Amino acid sequence: MAALIQTRGLTRHFGGLKAVDGVDFTLEPGEIHGLIGPNGAGKTTFVSLLSGRLPAQSGTILLAGEDITRLPAHARVRKGIAYTFQITSIFPRLTVFDNVALAVQSQGAADLAPKTRAALARVGLEGLEEQEAQTLSYGHQRLLELAMGLALSPRLLILDEPTQGLAASEIEGFKSLVRSLVPETTVLLIEHNMEVVMDLATRITVLTFGRVLASGTPAEVRANPAVQEAYLGA
Amino acid sequence: MKHWTLHLALIAVLFTAQYWLSPYHATNLARIMVLAVFAMGYNLAFGYTGLLSLGHALLLAAGMYAAGLPAQLWGWSAGPAFIAGIAGGGLVAAVLGLLALRTAGVSFMIVTLMFAQAGYLTLLYFAPVTGGDDGFAVSAASRTLMGFDLSTDTPRFVAALTIFAFGLLASLVLVRSPLGRTMVAMRENEERSRMLGYNPFTVKLAALTISGLYAGAAGAAYAILFGYVGASFATIQYSILPMLYVLLGGAGTTLGPFLGALVMFALIEAATGITTAHQFIVGAALVILVLFAPKGILGTIRERWVRWLP
Amino acid sequence: MAFGPFLLLALMEGLVTAAVLALAAAGLSLVFGVMRVVNVAHGEFYMLGAVLAWAVTTMFPGPPALAFLAAVLIAPLLVAALAAAADGLILKRLNYDPEATIVATIGLLYILQQAALSLYGPNANPVTAPFEWRIQLPWFGYSGYKLFVVLAAGLILLALWLFMTRTKAGLIMRATQVDRTTAQAFGINVDRVYMGTFALGAGLAALAGVLIVPIQQAQYLMGHDPLLLSFIVVIIGGLGSLRGTLIAALVIGLSDGVISMFFTPTLAKILATLLVALVLVFRPQGLFGAKA
Repeated sequence: MAALIQTRGLTRHFGGLKAVDGVDFTLEPGEIHGLIGPNGAGKTTFVSLLSGRLPAQSGTILLAGEDITRLPAHARVRKGIAYTFQITSIFPRLTVFDNVALAVQSQGAADLAPKTRAALARVGLEGLEEQEAQTLSYGHQRLLELAMGLALSPRLLILDEPTQGLAASEIEGFKSLVRSLVPETTVLLIEHNMEVVMDLATRITVLTFGRVLASGTPAEVRANPAVQEAYLGA
Repeated sequence: MKHWTLHLALIAVLFTAQYWLSPYHATNLARIMVLAVFAMGYNLAFGYTGLLSLGHALLLAAGMYAAGLPAQLWGWSAGPAFIAGIAGGGLVAAVLGLLALRTAGVSFMIVTLMFAQAGYLTLLYFAPVTGGDDGFAVSAASRTLMGFDLSTDTPRFVAALTIFAFGLLASLVLVRSPLGRTMVAMRENEERSRMLGYNPFTVKLAALTISGLYAGAAGAAYAILFGYVGASFATIQYSILPMLYVLLGGAGTTLGPFLGALVMFALIEAATGITTAHQFIVGAALVILVLFAPKGILGTIRERWVRWLP
Repeated sequence: MAFGPFLLLALMEGLVTAAVLALAAAGLSLVFGVMRVVNVAHGEFYMLGAVLAWAVTTMFPGPPALAFLAAVLIAPLLVAALAAAADGLILKRLNYDPEATIVATIGLLYILQQAALSLYGPNANPVTAPFEWRIQLPWFGYSGYKLFVVLAAGLILLALWLFMTRTKAGLIMRATQVDRTTAQAFGINVDRVYMGTFALGAGLAALAGVLIVPIQQAQYLMGHDPLLLSFIVVIIGGLGSLRGTLIAALVIGLSDGVISMFFTPTLAKILATLLVALVLVFRPQGLFGAKA
């Protein structure tokens, strides 16, 4: 089977800063892929290039063999790449229902209300439909963000530091939720919490200074001396 | 359900108004309803989609001239002229949007202002055809519809009410539809909307075009019902007016534009006995609203008491 | 008159327009640059300058030159004080939100225009020039006062430039323009800077109004055209760039002088407004501004 995402020489510089510098990267369908690296390694820039929030300077991005390098962000979303924001980005003055309904209707779904409720139930926000989103607790806002991503029924779900600011109890729920998504949805996970990545990911890619330092199973990555030196601080 | 009840009740009350208002006030109410249609269109762009335009006078004038010129030059009757007016407003809005929507915020305001100003000057430049600032009167023949003389009180009132009712109910349906939700999403968080698969440019262009259809309908209705077409309707004042109505009545509420137009008319009417300084009232209202009540009358009521107001 | 002298006359008239425009536009540009406020009432400050100049010269007992000097000093100061009050009472309370301040300054435009109409009346009134002196060129005579306006505007702009680049107050304004938050962190009283900037901007517009009033009469609607032209100049010159504003004022003023000699002014205005709109759409940094 073709890779879901394949990048070749993907590059994005900001002035002199090589945020993403010639990254070759492959994402297999159905995996949970962890993307880790020290602060400023280019993780968020890299997924912004994948989702189209930033244009690539050079290199190519293939989605299931199709070149999407020049597609604008909204067209990539329609092709099945969903992105959840690192800093929660919801519609604060709309109801919880409307927030998720916006994602559902973007797929052109006819049965808007049931699908919206289903997405909310999946993350455990049922019963809060009519609340204004900005009145939710921070943890619930993160779940809402996730529900919006799920409601897009994406092929690839990019989660940018989803557990940041969540309580330990909430993290457990989050992990089982992510596990329940595969293999229908492929997950690309940027995560600082090593326990979460090591536990969830089937494969891990390590970025430093905009380049791929290592890639492999959690065990391989953990055993890699270069990674230990650069990142795990061993 | 209660949405429909509320809106239909307003229309019913307005229908009875012709029986208990003096002809003078009934004519004023007809004028308010036509201008409210204009303001409803403005509200769809500004109140719901977040597009703060300073160029809507261009769209009003587009509708007015698209209806008035064929009537004047080729003797079109009221029906076709009205439809031409709606189309004219929508078309000009679409072209304006294709250019102006490449910008946002303050630039969008200035660009729309400049295009409207260019449109106004163009009307002046072609004064032999457009009548310039003096304008021209629409002939009586073009002011009849299905045998009714729209220049007389009752048919004019009923025609204005019909257009208003259509506009109001259409805006109610629109803002509660998926497209309406998407428009609000642009206003609230454009970047998030993009990452939900919406092309902001397309959504905003659709909203502005619909807004232009409303403005065109209002301009055409004004030409036909009140029998006058002139470049003065393309001046900046007529871009400010709907903004004022919407801010006063409540941006992003379906009934706000009408309420704002009504209150503003009443305010000026009431002040006429005391002062002729109408501009002062308009100016002070703008400053006070933006300072102390940016949500307007219905926006405040919705926030405090009636959460379900559309 | 032959074509050459005719063109010379057109250029001289254009230079006067450009000079006055540069003053008014510099004020608008300054306010936008430092405060990010689009002041729609800017033209009314210009109008108030002219109307107040009329009031001062009418009440002043002495000879025309002294009366005019008094107007040059008093009118801009009064307008600046008014602007400072408007800043404190309105703009500051809106936290200088770009869109809200536009709506508010539209309201201010209406209020000031109505105030002028109610207090000053609908008529246009002339102001005597400080001196009657004509330069006799081989082909035509030309008003010495008009040349004085060009010279005066040039000197005022030079003073403004020195103020912005050589004084501490100018440095503080430029620092606030670059980064408001950092300026605040360095202990700069941003509120005072904003108030001063708004007053200075309005004062420049008023000064332009005072200078023009012996050429054009004072009338309550006279702020409309300068507002539009200042917008055009500031946008073509690149929003917030003082140097771009000056170049654009020269270009617009001169071409306005020449074009309106040979074409109808309406057509010239249509082309100018369309040009501005298209510049904003396709080249938002202005024709002379550097890429942001």
